[in-house]
Order: sequence, then structure tokens, then C-alpha cells
Amino acid sequence: MSEEIIQDVIIGESEDYIINLGPQHPSTHGVLRLEVCLKGETVKYLNPHVGYIHRGIEKMCEAITYQQIIHLTDRMDYLSAHMNNEAVCMVVEDALQVEVPERVKYIRTILDELNRLASHQLWWCAFGMDLGALTTFFYGLRDREHILDIFEESFGSRLLHSFNTPGGLMHDVHPNFQKRIKDFIKYFREKLPEYDQLLTGNIIFQNRAKGIGYMSKETAIGYGVTGPSGRGSNFSCDIRKIAPYGVYDKVQFNEILETGCDTFARYKVRMAEMWESLSILEQLVDNIPEGDFTAKMKPVVKLPAGEYFRRVETARGELAVYVVSDGNKNPYRMRFRTPNFSNLFVMNEIASGYKIADLIAISGSLDLVIPDIDR
Amino acid sequence: MSSNIYDFSKLTGSVHAWLSGLMSSGWVTFTELVLVGLVFLLLYALLGLFLVYLERKVCAIIQNRIGPNRVGKWGIIQTIADLVKLLLKELIPIRKSDPLLFNLAPFIVIICSFLAMAALPYAKGLQAIDFNIGVFYVMAVSSLSVVGILIAGWSSNSKYSLIGAMRSGAQIVSYELSVGLSLLAIVVFTGSMQLSTIVESQANGWWIFKGHIPAFISFVIFLIASTAEINRGPFDLAEAESELTAGFHTEYSGIKFAFFFLAEYMNMFIVSALGATVFLGGWMPFHIGNWEGFNHIMDFIPSAVWFFTKTFFIILIIMWFKWTFPRLRIDQLLTLEWKYLLPISLFNIVLIAFIVLMGWHF
Amino acid sequence: MLSRQELTDIIRIFEPDAEFPEGTQLLEVIVPAEKIFALAEKLKSDQKTAFNYLINETAVDFLTHMTVVYHLESTEFRHLIVLKSILSDRENPAIDSFTALYPTAEYFEREIFDLFGIRFNNHPNLKRLFLEDDYGYPLRKDFRDEINIIER
Repeated sequence: MSEEIIQDVIIGESEDYIINLGPQHPSTHGVLRLEVCLKGETVKYLNPHVGYIHRGIEKMCEAITYQQIIHLTDRMDYLSAHMNNEAVCMVVEDALQVEVPERVKYIRTILDELNRLASHQLWWCAFGMDLGALTTFFYGLRDREHILDIFEESFGSRLLHSFNTPGGLMHDVHPNFQKRIKDFIKYFREKLPEYDQLLTGNIIFQNRAKGIGYMSKETAIGYGVTGPSGRGSNFSCDIRKIAPYGVYDKVQFNEILETGCDTFARYKVRMAEMWESLSILEQLVDNIPEGDFTAKMKPVVKLPAGEYFRRVETARGELAVYVVSDGNKNPYRMRFRTPNFSNLFVMNEIASGYKIADLIAISGSLDLVIPDIDR
Repeated sequence: MSSNIYDFSKLTGSVHAWLSGLMSSGWVTFTELVLVGLVFLLLYALLGLFLVYLERKVCAIIQNRIGPNRVGKWGIIQTIADLVKLLLKELIPIRKSDPLLFNLAPFIVIICSFLAMAALPYAKGLQAIDFNIGVFYVMAVSSLSVVGILIAGWSSNSKYSLIGAMRSGAQIVSYELSVGLSLLAIVVFTGSMQLSTIVESQANGWWIFKGHIPAFISFVIFLIASTAEINRGPFDLAEAESELTAGFHTEYSGIKFAFFFLAEYMNMFIVSALGATVFLGGWMPFHIGNWEGFNHIMDFIPSAVWFFTKTFFIILIIMWFKWTFPRLRIDQLLTLEWKYLLPISLFNIVLIAFIVLMGWHF
Repeated sequence: MLSRQELTDIIRIFEPDAEFPEGTQLLEVIVPAEKIFALAEKLKSDQKTAFNYLINETAVDFLTHMTVVYHLESTEFRHLIVLKSILSDRENPAIDSFTALYPTAEYFEREIFDLFGIRFNNHPNLKRLFLEDDYGYPLRKDFRDEINIIER
């Protein structure tokens, strides 16, 4: 380690008023530290410090089999656990050129959308909390509970699913699966307008959210900000449209794009995506074909030597999996390009110059999940 | 006046006469001071506990929850249990803080709220001190607590605390103006700052009804500005949880934190009581014109019940604000005051002066 | 959207030294380390290719050499290529930083520096991202940590 690399930031040396938001702070949603330089109430610049929960998932993957890796991916973006699982499964299926049954594709897509809904609901709760509207949290969690109940009934776990396995699913879903989802769609179609009544239309909320955290389309592309955060800046980055997987090519849905580029635009994208997810669910839930819940796979999965790359759209953006295989039962190198990693580092660009209260709103609108950054 | 049946001055007068028969006048005054002090201490503690319980239940109802329901019937002893917990907790000393100021601040805050309670008319004839500048006194004393908050923020040697304290300073200094001007509207109507006179003047109707639209505007401004003055949501920037963890009392623990907590709830009670007294007739019963029978039934409800009902009505409105609205930003907060509330209240005062001059009010 | 062959032809013109391995999932381009920045600059600014979105940047350690891998996409045409550069000097690997072209590369490169020890020239703030300064480079294949990693 040469000396020039070690450039510690010595806090207190300059005249800047530097506060550390985090690692333990109510609104960093995890163990993220933002070193924020203030001038009065205004943010001059900020410097994210990550790595507080770095677990070395990429290194761990090099020592374990593909079936085991599925269980690690849950722990990255724990709110999009199912999408993360699916990404790894699809890389393996691509490499082995396994055709998964239609039933699996349908169920995976349905679970993707349910998971996206659950994730967006939790985001809505937390975003309201960040802005000081404490009641939103309970309204969002009330509805999220219904989705988690479906998950629990279908495969036992509520948050970290690990339901996918290369080639299909661990087991078939519960017989109640379709009925429960239909009940949920009916229920949530009534409850979703409440979200708008409670928060969206509120004049204080609109004043807080509009016009802050301006992220131009160029900034979004340059920093690789994907998912609803990028689409709030009119950056078309929905992998479900660009490279359809599952049965996304068989359903009708719109990619939500907003041109506002501010916090409110990102808010609106997520709210609209909840409606889209409901409509996707409606199209799929009645059409799940009968069939096997998994393709025929060998017990030991060995990928042919080569490099494989696959992208999926998680609730927060684009998750890319890049595998280098040397023909063994465990990957030679596994790389996860996680959406939150890129979404976080745009913060300095879009939050400088706004007030410290706006910083919280902006970080809330990016919907960060910290374990996904640290991996 | 037919509502003499619940006049507390009879009770207080008989206590005074009984004490005078026992000891010299100097001792009587002293004993009475101690008695009043004890009564207020008890009232303060009970009200504080009840308000915390009420807040938790109200927010639970708004948020689709049950609220405290484990300790005691309907969780009614929950706040007492919390208080015991706070009493037993360690008082964490902060390195490089200013120990004198750090320890002094919670007491300043709680004493200020205590002082303000003295001048409130709780029922007919039940008022510790009836100042002739009662409105002014309550306002002045309750806004003194900002000194405590500033000291707390400054002395705890924490950056979050300092930001919270500075926000609180800016906020209270600004909103004090609007509170004052909205109360001044009724002072103009009444022609007196004495709280007892203001209450008496509403025997034939509360000012919010008698004072036409300007009095109603004053009431709304009073509600907004006083919510801001007591640092409650949506104006809780001084302790904005999601931004500054806990603002000015981040570094406090145990009973010192409980003092801040209690003082916040008592300040809410004080502004609500003041609003109820000035706008909603204090302990005056609700009367409608010349419906003699109806008015007579209303008179049978004790005056203390009227006072506390009105006060808790305003408290519930303030709680409703907190649990529904998102928090404002500091610049929006100051914009609301200096660009909207202050000009409106100034114009309102002129309007009221004109109405009073022409004698158009009842 | 340009086909694989069209892209290959365009890149050949931009960079005659580029190699195109056969039989890969995506179009891969192997470029010497000192020429990769110039190629990326052309790929980004050219109207026909317009690779303006850096999806992913990472590195792989092959014990004899290291490879830096870039996944680039055009948000306009939606074609995707993989740029690669082989660094044969494992002791002191260095490559040009992409930060000037893609701001997101700043943090990808800090991560690679942290986990592989690859230096990036012209990087504005090359510090370790996750780990302590004296930790070593864990994603290198010859990394040993007696305390935390159990060999099987």
C-alpha cells in the first residue's frame, strides 16, 4: 500500500460543518454512512461511505455450487429476493440451454410482480416516514402483509424466498395460490387509491417532493441509475421490455416514464408501477398452465467453460449477473452488478445544493437497500 | 348568571377562612403557596401521563393499530411503566459537553411550562394567579422555553443537536409573532388582557362565533402557529426524527429526556388551554341565544368539564395534524410564517379594529 | 440496433488491434490496455454505435493475467458489447480510468481497486471502497486469509 493512496478525510480540519448521517441513522435505511458537508442547512457536498455490511458474496460464490448461490442472492437486495434468485437461475439455464416449463415461467413472473409490489409498498411506507408522515408506514405494511402471507403459504418464507432453483422451482405452489392472488388483486385495487389520498395529494408532500433532487436523463445514464429512479428521469431502462424474460413478452404492460426528473417524478413512477404490476398479475393469474414445476436437471450443475451474462429488472433497477465458468461445479468468478450500487453514488450529484431535509427525501426516492450495495 | 353552583371560589374561600383561623396571615400565605404548588405538581404529572397515553391511543387509531394494550386495562398504566423505565435509566454524561448548561436545560424547559400553568383559568374561580396581563404572561413564559432548547442544543456538543436547536430558535421566534397577533385579535374585541375578563366577556357567546369571520381566521392562525411554537408535527423540525435523529435532545437520556418529553406535552396542553380560553369561551358553557331550557341544562355541566373538553378538543386537532401530515422543510416553514400567516394576521387585526370601532360585533 | 457483424466491422475500423473471440454469448472485443480508453471514447461519441451506458465494469483474475471487463450498452439502439482488456502484469496492474466517459465507472473502479488491486490512471479519487487499507485484495485467486476463510 503506497502512501499516496491513503488519503484519509480528516474531519474538523477545514471550516466545513461536516455531519455523519449514519451508519446508524433512522433514514439511511441500513448501515450507510453519508458524510455530509453543510453550509447552514444547505448540503455543499456529500460523500457516501459503504462497506459496513460487506459480506464478500462474490468471493463466497467462488467456493459454492450454483444451487447454493441462490440462497446468497436473497441476502443482497432482500426486498427483491425473488428477482435476484431468478437472475442466477436464468444464467445457469442459459448456459446449460435448458428449456424451463411454461408453468415455471408463469409462476416466476407472477412472483416477480408480487415481489415488486411488496417492495414498492415498503418503499412507500419508508418514503412517507422520511418526510415525516408517520402514518404511511402502517398503511403500507397493512397491505404488504397480504403479499407476504401469499409467499408464506406458497413456499414457507416471507422475505428471503430461495424458491427458485436452476431449472425451475423448489416445489409446486400451494393449491390456494391463484385464489389468494385474485383476492389480493381485488383487495389492493381498493386500497391503492388510499395511498394517493393520504400522501400524493397532500400539499405539504408535494411542496417537499417537487423540484428537488433534479437528475437529468444524461446524469441518470452516466451514473447508471436504473429502475424506477432512472425512469423518473425519462431513461427507458426496463429490462422487462428491452430483453423480456419469463412471460413478460406475453403480457400487456407499459413502461412508466416520467419527465419530471425530480423526487416527485420518481415517486409517481413507483405509484404507477404498482398499478402496472396489478394489471400484469391480473393477466397472468388465470392462465397458469399445468405442467412440471421444474425441468429435468442433473443433481450437480456444471456450467460449460465460458462467460455468461444475464440481466433482470428488480424492484430497484437492473441486476446483471456475470459468470465466468471453468467447467467446474462452482463458478470461477461471479459478479453481481447490483442496481443500488449505481443508484447510491449519484447522490452527490443530485443532492448537492439542496437542504438537508431534501437530502433525506432524495435518498428516500432512490429507494436504497444497503446490503445490495455492499454485497 | 345561573352557573354559580360550581363556583370554585367558594371552596377556595372556605379553605382560606379555615387556614386563617389556625395561623397568622404570613403562614396562611405560605401554606397556601405550598398547597397550590402541590396541586399543580399533581395536575402536571397526571396531565402529562394522560396526554402521552392519549397521544399513543390517538395515533394508534389513525394508523389502524390497537395501541398500548398490555400494561393494565387498555394499557392505561403503560405510561407509568414508561416513566419508571425512564427514571431507572442511566444518565449518560457527554464528553466535552458543558455540564452546567447541559444539566440546566431540561429544568429551564420544564419550569417554563410549569409557570404558564399558573395563569390558566381551569374553572370558575379556579385560577392560581389572575394577572391583568394574563395573555401576555402565558405567551411570554411559554416562549421562554426556546432558551432551554437552545441551551440544550448548544451544550450537548453534538452537531445534530445544534442544528435542531437553531431550527427551533428560528421557528419559535417567527411563530411567536403570529400567535401573539392572533390572540391580540380577541384582546382587541375584549379590551382586556386579563384571562378572567376574557372568559367573562364570552358569557353570551364564544368569540369564535361572536367575532364574525376575522375571529375564525385568528383561530385558524392560532392553531397553525401554536402547533409550530410547541415543535409538534408537521412543524417538528427541531427534533425531526428522520433528519436529525432526535434534534436538540439527541444526547439526553433517562429522566432528563423525560423532562423534555413531558414539557412538550404540557406545552401542547398550555396552548390548547389558551386557545380554548380565548376563542372557545374557557369554562363558559355552550349557550344558544334565548333557548332558556337548553342553556339551563348546559349550566348544569361543571365549568371544569367545559374547560377540559374544549382543551382536549384542540389537543386532538393538534394530534390529528401530527399523525397525518408530512414535515415541512425549514425554508417552507419560514415562508409560511413570514409570507402568509404574518400578513394575514396583520390585516386581520386591522379588520377587527375596524369592526370594534364601528361596534359591529355582538 | 446493429447486428454482431456490423458492430465487429465498425470496431475493426476504430481499432485495428482488436480481437474478436469466437463462440461467445455476447460480442466480445479484446483490446490492449493502453488503447481501450480511446476505443470507448469513439464508441460512445460515434452516432452509429452510441454506447452511452456502462452497465457493468469488473475484473477477473486468471492467476497468469488479469482481465478487466466492461459491459457497454447503447440506450438508443440497445446493442450490447463486452470490452475486455488483458493485464499481464499481475504485480502492478494498471489501466486507464473510464470516469471521464461514464461517471458511474468511478465507483466500479474503486471497487475493482479495492478487491483486485488494479490501479486506474487518471482516476479522480482512487481509494478503497469497502475494506481497510491493509486488507489485501480478496478477489485475487491467490488471496489467503487464515482467520476468516476456511479452505475446503
